[in-house]
Amino acid sequence: MNETLALTESTYYILLSLHTPQHGYGIMQQAEQMSGGRVRLAAGTLYGALNTLCDKGWIIQLPVVDGSRKKEYKLTEKGRQVLENELDRLRRLVANGEAVLGKEEA
Amino acid sequence: MRKSITKWFWAWDFDKEEEWLEEMARNGWTLDGVGFCRYHFIKTEPGEYSVRLQYLPVGAETDEYSALMEESGTERVGRIVQWVYYRSKTANGPFELFSDLDSRIDHLNKIASLMLFMAILNLVIGLINSRSPVCLGWINLVVVSLLTYGVGRIHGKREALEKERRIRE
Repeated sequence: MNETLALTESTYYILLSLHTPQHGYGIMQQAEQMSGGRVRLAAGTLYGALNTLCDKGWIIQLPVVDGSRKKEYKLTEKGRQVLENELDRLRRLVANGEAVLGKEEA
Repeated sequence: MRKSITKWFWAWDFDKEEEWLEEMARNGWTLDGVGFCRYHFIKTEPGEYSVRLQYLPVGAETDEYSALMEESGTERVGRIVQWVYYRSKTANGPFELFSDLDSRIDHLNKIASLMLFMAILNLVIGLINSRSPVCLGWINLVVVSLLTYGVGRIHGKREALEKERRIRE
């Protein structure tokens, strides 16, 4: 799979939230807060994405605290690299948009 | 106050089933229990709850998933075979189990895979049965036709989502 493809918005916010270790509900809250309430990750979507991201090695599951049903996740070095590539892509996206639309408005 | 309704939905019409349960909730009857083709409702304020259902094999309903559901304010109403019913107070905000097209497509794929597997299984059993003196093979073949139709319906829904996915998330 080509790792330079664009991330989905859900993936982007999940990875970004995992800059510090979080469990599922923490990710939901953080994504919602960072996006100003626009991105509300639903449980089914988040849970599926967490499994996929673990399989890809972009995040890892931390050892479970005794007796807790919740699992914490953390961004890996590989995941961080993916995020940085995405950020470069987004910067360009914004710059191009501003260059074209900015001109029209002027 | 409580009431129960017997109603049949085909698995590929799960979205219609969900719509019906939503309409019941809007009218103040919230799903409170499920049985085979049987729905139990409890009287609530109209629109107090929102109801959703998910195809979720027993093994896929992990402790972690249940914890995530509870924390996000979702109540689990019950399970019938591979389907789990959830409800959430509308005061918690819009209630969805899937928040993007990819996960909705994935959900449909899982349903279609099971139906396809069951169809093939029934085809094999039907062929074996057709050789036996008691002619019961036709029952399996009817089931195969139904399941094949179901897979087709699910594919139709998936294609609509995939078309959308080509231009947005």
